[in-house]
Amino acid sequence: MYDIERYIEAVSVEDAIQHLKADPDASVISGGTDVLVRLRSGKGVGGTLVSIHEIPELHGVDRLLDGTLVIGPATCFSDLAKDPLIRSCVPYLGEAVETVGGPQIRNMGTIGGNLCNGATSADSAAVMQTLNARLVLQGPDGSREVPVTEFYLGPGKTVRRRDEILTAILIEAKDYLGFTGCYIKYGKRKAMEIATLGCCVRVKLGPAPEDSGEGPGTENGGGQDPAALQTQNAAGPKSRIIRDIRIGYGVAAPTPIRCYKTENLLRGRSASDPSIYELIGEHVLEEVQPRSSWRASKEFRLQLIAELARRALREAMLSSLGNSLLDQTSAG
Amino acid sequence: MLQIINMYVNGRREELAVDIRESLLETLRERLNLTSVKKGCGVGECGACTVLVDGVAVDACLYLTMWAEGKHILTTEGLKSPTGELNPIQQAFVDEAAVQCGFCTPGLIMTAVELMGKGRKYTREELRKEIAGHLCRCTGYENILNALEKVVGYPKEQGGE
Repeated sequence: MYDIERYIEAVSVEDAIQHLKADPDASVISGGTDVLVRLRSGKGVGGTLVSIHEIPELHGVDRLLDGTLVIGPATCFSDLAKDPLIRSCVPYLGEAVETVGGPQIRNMGTIGGNLCNGATSADSAAVMQTLNARLVLQGPDGSREVPVTEFYLGPGKTVRRRDEILTAILIEAKDYLGFTGCYIKYGKRKAMEIATLGCCVRVKLGPAPEDSGEGPGTENGGGQDPAALQTQNAAGPKSRIIRDIRIGYGVAAPTPIRCYKTENLLRGRSASDPSIYELIGEHVLEEVQPRSSWRASKEFRLQLIAELARRALREAMLSSLGNSLLDQTSAG
Repeated sequence: MLQIINMYVNGRREELAVDIRESLLETLRERLNLTSVKKGCGVGECGACTVLVDGVAVDACLYLTMWAEGKHILTTEGLKSPTGELNPIQQAFVDEAAVQCGFCTPGLIMTAVELMGKGRKYTREELRKEIAGHLCRCTGYENILNALEKVVGYPKEQGGE
C-alpha cells in the first residue's frame, strides 16, 4: 500500500488543475515510476495524488503544419522511441529515452515526468536542452510557455507551479531540420542505470560561403542544383562548415545545461578541421559545474564531460557527412 | 478508502472493492491469489512482478490498481491452456533448464509473452536488451536466453520454428 491520503483520477487537464488548486497537499502522478518510488522511500507521504494517467489528450506525438512537433507529456518512453515522427525528425531523442531503466519502466515512465521531476540525470534532459523545447504549462489562470532552457531552478526544482500541468512539449522545425545528433549516456551498466553523465551534441552542416561555386565538390555542376549540392556533401567534406551546433549535458551541473559559449566558438568552423575536437573538449569544461556523488567523483565527471563531447561531436558529424570524414579526422 | 473497480484478469471479468492505495501487485496477490506475481524489490528494478496490461509488460509494484479500470491483465496463471498444457514459452523454459529457484521466472515469462505478441523475431543481443528489466540472482541468464531464442529468436541451423 502506498502511503497516500486521497486519490483522484482526473478526467481532463482542467479537472486535474481544479483538484490540484483545491487541495494544497495534492501532487500530480503520471507514469508513477518516480512518484511511487519516492513514496515508497517515505518522501512526500500522506498527501493527495491527482492522476493524469488516463487523460488521452496528453498522449502521443503530432506535427503541426509549420513542422512543429507536439509531444504529449504522458507519452511513455517506449511509445516515444518507436514513434515514426520522433524516429524521422529527432531520432536522438528516441535513442536517449531508450536508455531509461529497463523495458517495463519505459512502458510506464513518461517524457513529461522525466522533465517535471527536475532531475539533472534525466536521460531526455541533455537532448531536450539542445532542441530548445518549449514547455506548455497550464494552470488555474491559463497557460504559459517556458523554454526548457529556463525550466530548471535547481536539483528537483522547476518553474512549474504545484497546480500546473505540463500539457505539451513543442519542438520547432528550425530546431531539428537539417540537424544530426548524438546522445551518449555514461553509466556503469547498460540497463537499469541512472546516468553518471549524459551528453548530447547536435550539428547542422552547410557549404562554406567562400566555397560556393569553386569548391572541390562543385566541378561537376552548378552550385544551386540540389543534386549537385548532395554530391558536394558526399564528395567534399572539406568545404563543409558547422552552420549550427548545440551542446547539452545532464549531470554536468545541478540542472541540465547548454554550453552556449562553446557553441559560439565552434559555429562557422570547418567541419574537417581536426582541432574542433580539442576545442570542444577544452571549452565545455569552462561551462560546467559537476559535483562528486557516490556514483562518480567531480574529477571523473570532468573527464567524461570532455571525452563525451568529443565522441558525440564526432558521431553527429559522421551521421551528417558519412564515413568520408572519418579518415580525415581520426588523426585529430 | 475502498473503491469499486472492474478489470479483466486472465480473461475473466473481475469486479473488486480495492483500496485506492493498492498497487496492482497487491491486488493480484492478495485479493485474487495470483501468487505467480512475485514481490521482489517493490521499486521497479527486479521485474519479478511483471504482468501484461493490455498486452504491455509493466512492473505491477509501480502500477496503481486504480489505473487498471477496464483493462486486460495477464499473469502467468492465465497462460495455461484449457486442457492444462503449458504455453510454448513455459515449455521452452522447462526444456532449456531456464529455471533454478524460480522467483524471477513468472516475470520473465510475461516479458516473453509480450515479445511473442509482437509477431517478430529477435536476435540474442536484442533479447538481452528486452530482458534487461529482470534480475535473476541464480544468474541463469544464458539458459533463459536459450529458452527465449527457441520461441522468439531466429531459428538455428536445423531450421526449427
